[in-house]
Amino acid sequence: MTDTALPVALGPTRFAQFRDRVLPFLVFAAVLVTIPALGPSRTWYTLLNSMGINIVFALSYNMLLGRAGLLSFGHAVYFGLGGYLAMHAMNWIPESVLGVAGVFALPVIGFAGGALAGAVIGWPSCRRAGIPFAMISLGIAELVASAAFIFVSVFGGEEGISGDRMKWFDPVTLFGHEVEFTMGPISDVYWFIAFWTFVASVLMYAFTRTPLGRMSEAVRDNPERAAFVGYNPQQVRYLVFIASGGFAGVGGGMAAVNFEIFTPENLSLLPSGFVLLMAYIGGIRYFAGPILGAIVLTFMQSSFSGYSEAWLLYLGLLFITIVMFAPNGLAGIVVALVNGVRMPGAAARLARWSQMTLAALIALAGLVVVIEVAVRWSNGYGDTFEPFGIALPHGSPLTWLVALVPIGAGLALMRLIARRSDA
Amino acid sequence: METIVFSLLNGVTYGLLLFMLSSGLTLIFSMMGVLNFAHASFYMLGAYFAYTIGAATGFWVALFLAPILVGLLGAAVERWGLRQVHTNGHVAELLFTFGLAYLVEEIVKIVWGKLAVPYKVPHLLDFSAFTLWGTSYPAYRVFMLAVSITMLIALFVLLKKTRAGLIIQAALTHPAMVGHLGHNVPKIFMTVFGIGCGLAGLAGVIGGNYLVTDPAMAYAMGPIVFVVVVIGGMGSLAGAFVASLLIGLLQTFAVAVDATFYDMFGWAGLGQMTEVGRISISSLAPMLPFLLLVLILMIRPRGLMGDREF
Repeated sequence: MTDTALPVALGPTRFAQFRDRVLPFLVFAAVLVTIPALGPSRTWYTLLNSMGINIVFALSYNMLLGRAGLLSFGHAVYFGLGGYLAMHAMNWIPESVLGVAGVFALPVIGFAGGALAGAVIGWPSCRRAGIPFAMISLGIAELVASAAFIFVSVFGGEEGISGDRMKWFDPVTLFGHEVEFTMGPISDVYWFIAFWTFVASVLMYAFTRTPLGRMSEAVRDNPERAAFVGYNPQQVRYLVFIASGGFAGVGGGMAAVNFEIFTPENLSLLPSGFVLLMAYIGGIRYFAGPILGAIVLTFMQSSFSGYSEAWLLYLGLLFITIVMFAPNGLAGIVVALVNGVRMPGAAARLARWSQMTLAALIALAGLVVVIEVAVRWSNGYGDTFEPFGIALPHGSPLTWLVALVPIGAGLALMRLIARRSDA
Repeated sequence: METIVFSLLNGVTYGLLLFMLSSGLTLIFSMMGVLNFAHASFYMLGAYFAYTIGAATGFWVALFLAPILVGLLGAAVERWGLRQVHTNGHVAELLFTFGLAYLVEEIVKIVWGKLAVPYKVPHLLDFSAFTLWGTSYPAYRVFMLAVSITMLIALFVLLKKTRAGLIIQAALTHPAMVGHLGHNVPKIFMTVFGIGCGLAGLAGVIGGNYLVTDPAMAYAMGPIVFVVVVIGGMGSLAGAFVASLLIGLLQTFAVAVDATFYDMFGWAGLGQMTEVGRISISSLAPMLPFLLLVLILMIRPRGLMGDREF
């Protein structure tokens, strides 16, 4: 008997557990605490706050798509309904010392709203997975979004409902210390966002470790087998759906406090599509993927839109490229890179990857020229695209040379490298 | 009487336009298992191509050329895009077409601008076909009806009566067997995807000037097409036909109804001036298809005429 026992423990060691499960969150917390010390500008604070909201939203989405394998086109419904409830709650909170504490706790109300919406809507939609689920989520999203415009007293019509997060104006002495946390300035809101982003991330990670979180993965991979073991796949999906809706509602509650306004646009198909892009581009197979995706896409949304009118086109291209060539997303690329460095034979592999990246960048440069010239030509203001001081008007042959030669050369190089590595 | 007849005519016209879109989608879905999210984008491209070609050659050349171009574009997308993603499963394919819809919309905005283009009904058809109760009925809608019905018959003949149609139908259920018999299955897939997109393009050519040609038209039409396909039963052409007409009639009749919730439920104590009481049936018209979608998926997931649950 004892001969067959394995000499080493099968589970991860204490150290590995600490390294993989606790350390990343400690680093995350450390980063969140350090950021204000670097003295970010107001613009950066605004960006960071949006990132926090999107991180929570994208993680909650990935609970469905990445973990349970449910592709939803209407996740903004739970974000929005949670946010609306939080917004109404914000207007009920009286202006007092406790008011600020109440506002600080609004994401909990958001959770309740999102989870409640998930419990009601999930009941019909979680009976099946795959394309039927996607279609039901699409139909419900359309229904809720158009209903929001009809019920003006609840959703505020076109202009939505707004609130005031400053329920407490003066510094107050608490336990002998003078506290000046009023939720007014954006740097105070940062702490609110950072706190809830961290708490929600930890809770969502903890959720993946629960039996329910584990079962959701089993149901994703093989529902028949999960049913055979004795778990009802529909029930598992339903419970995960409620949790996911709840955490989306936390994001909504955070957004309600941060932006102080909520409109029916927040429930529509557009944010639902955006959260799908965030989670998928980041990488749905990894817990950190959606975090990465939310950071990158929020950054793109705020800064790329200032540089280029065609930023949505770049976003679409990025998404299609990820779907076609890197289904594990940006996080998958990072993991592959780390593994590539650590595995034997790294030098040759890295050399090939860097050649490939270089070739892709050359092609991309040409593509950017085409897109930018086209955008300037189409908007009719008569601007010319001037990268590094070289004027590239749409009529000049130089433009086409600068655009088409790199595209052709880059693609040819990529083919060459791919063929050489096959041999 | 007047309202009923006109709603009937408009509903059938709109329904047949929907069918033209959903037939392509159904064809693609039943062949390849791909729910083409970018289908309405090909519809949009059809309208824009017809607008551009029509400006140079006139409407009639565009009517033939634009769908062919859209079809070729669809075949290219299948060959160099979708086929790559195929190995990663159906969700990856769905996501690919979702991204494609994003791309097409942005490209259309760059090429044709963000505002609606003046794509007009051709002069030859810009008269009234007949007059009923003092209201005239535009000839272009009659023309739309004719094109849709011609397409419907052509599609039926192609699928049921020709050798190519038999091979397509066989590849639908037994791709491996068809492959062993010496047919190039990937090429069949490419062709079918091209034909499906071409049908969407044709719908765009004749729908673009009936409705409006702007970059939001795909976004407006896309979800409704899915509703049609799901309600009809995934993969069933006959079901798609019935569902198209049903949705077309439902929407046009709902718009024509002048009642509010108070008129319907006033007996149950619903106040006339309350928020719910004031909701009119016509304002609910855009929501009805989605309500139907959710109900159908809950009650009868295989749709009206589908033979399999998807």
